[in-house]
Amino acid sequence: MHMLEVVDIYKSYGSCEVLKGLSFTVDKDETKVIIGTSGTGKSTLLKCINQLDPPDKGEVWLEGEDITNPSIDLNRIRQKIGFVFQDFNLFNHLTALQNVSIGLEKVKKIEKENAREKALEELRRVGLEKQSCQYPAQLSGGQKQRVGIARALAMDPAIILFDEPTSALDPELIGDVLDVMKNLAGKVAMLIVTHEMGFARNVADEIIFMEGGTIIESGPPEQMFNNPKKERTRQFLGRISTLYGKE
Amino acid sequence: MRSLPELLEGVPITLLLTFCAISAGFALGLLLALGRVYGKKGISYSCIAYLEIFRGTPLLVQLFIIYYGLPNIGIIFSPLLAALLGLSLNSAAYQAEYLRGSIQAIPANQMIAGRTLGMTRFQSIRTIILPQALRISIPAWSNELIYLLKYTSIVVYIQVRDLTFQAKDIAAQSSRYLETFLVVALIYLLFTILFSEIVDRVEKRVRIPGVGLSPRIVKRNMKIPFKT
Repeated sequence: MHMLEVVDIYKSYGSCEVLKGLSFTVDKDETKVIIGTSGTGKSTLLKCINQLDPPDKGEVWLEGEDITNPSIDLNRIRQKIGFVFQDFNLFNHLTALQNVSIGLEKVKKIEKENAREKALEELRRVGLEKQSCQYPAQLSGGQKQRVGIARALAMDPAIILFDEPTSALDPELIGDVLDVMKNLAGKVAMLIVTHEMGFARNVADEIIFMEGGTIIESGPPEQMFNNPKKERTRQFLGRISTLYGKE
Repeated sequence: MRSLPELLEGVPITLLLTFCAISAGFALGLLLALGRVYGKKGISYSCIAYLEIFRGTPLLVQLFIIYYGLPNIGIIFSPLLAALLGLSLNSAAYQAEYLRGSIQAIPANQMIAGRTLGMTRFQSIRTIILPQALRISIPAWSNELIYLLKYTSIVVYIQVRDLTFQAKDIAAQSSRYLETFLVVALIYLLFTILFSEIVDRVEKRVRIPGVGLSPRIVKRNMKIPFKT
């Protein structure tokens, strides 16, 4: 049984078809990275997976459960799908610690003391225990995103979805966030949309190249970077490499 | 000035009207604001209708309808109760609009982030949206409190013995209109200053950096340790 299985999903907005029949799986503790040009439906795909914006057609299975089934309790399911946003979306009125613990307190109904303890542990994991009492407005972008990751981790999710987690960050802050994600690799299933090719190459178990709402090609990083099967993949990765420099 | 004690007899009524109307108005206003923003179409439109009616007609006419009009169909209120009812219903409409503005000022992604954690819509509203929206609405709410305190004086028209009613009585008996009403104005002024000072302190006390204030003001008024 796969941790996550996406089966032939379609999604349109009006007459604009964004996702055109995508299928893939993510296994336990596996790291998959989705790459592709902007506007190819990568973010839409993530929203279709956690049912924030359910697909029009197709199925999403999480730990053997069809979560596209309309009768399912999505609030229960979403606890198991961590989500890290491009623009952080921390709760502005809560401290870093409270941001991480609120899900435990309100959703998992864990006692306040224990929730805070666990939250502090997660903040430590992302190197921010010193900032636990600061509000989002007092944190740098990189720190905010690490709190965002801690918030997702605290819920002990089956999988974490990352929607371009470093795109809104200054170049010098990106490293801290990527380091945290690197440390998570192999410990929790991750599906990451990113433009960080170096990260994709070093950390991903598999890279999925998406364009025009479909998967053009997927495979291990070595194959994708050195020996892609499709001409389009070669073009894309070639251009990215000249843009960002080869690792 | 010998009449001062008599004048002050009206103060408790004025304060009672203000506090009850602001509280009841807040409770009802919050429901109206939530109904308007999050309710299904029918609920949302009902809330809008309420707001339009109570904001679109004079408070005095509303009080007249309640106090003089409703007895025609067998519903009779004492002057004080009629005043409380009218002021509360009216204030609710205004407070609902302030609250709606604050709720809608919270970025939609805050709700989405809450839902992503597995919170229900209601939980997200209660624990994520409202704590931020209420803080933002404090300045407007402070205005409403002061307006309300002053507008309670309108209840003299339905025979409620508030501060202004007492003043009218005393002035008529003594013919010292200027003196009496200047003193009354001063009393209202003292209370409005006191109230806005209290609300101001509450606002500072519950203030959270990054919620409801521009960063410039935050920097100037509060020493925030940036990027420690």
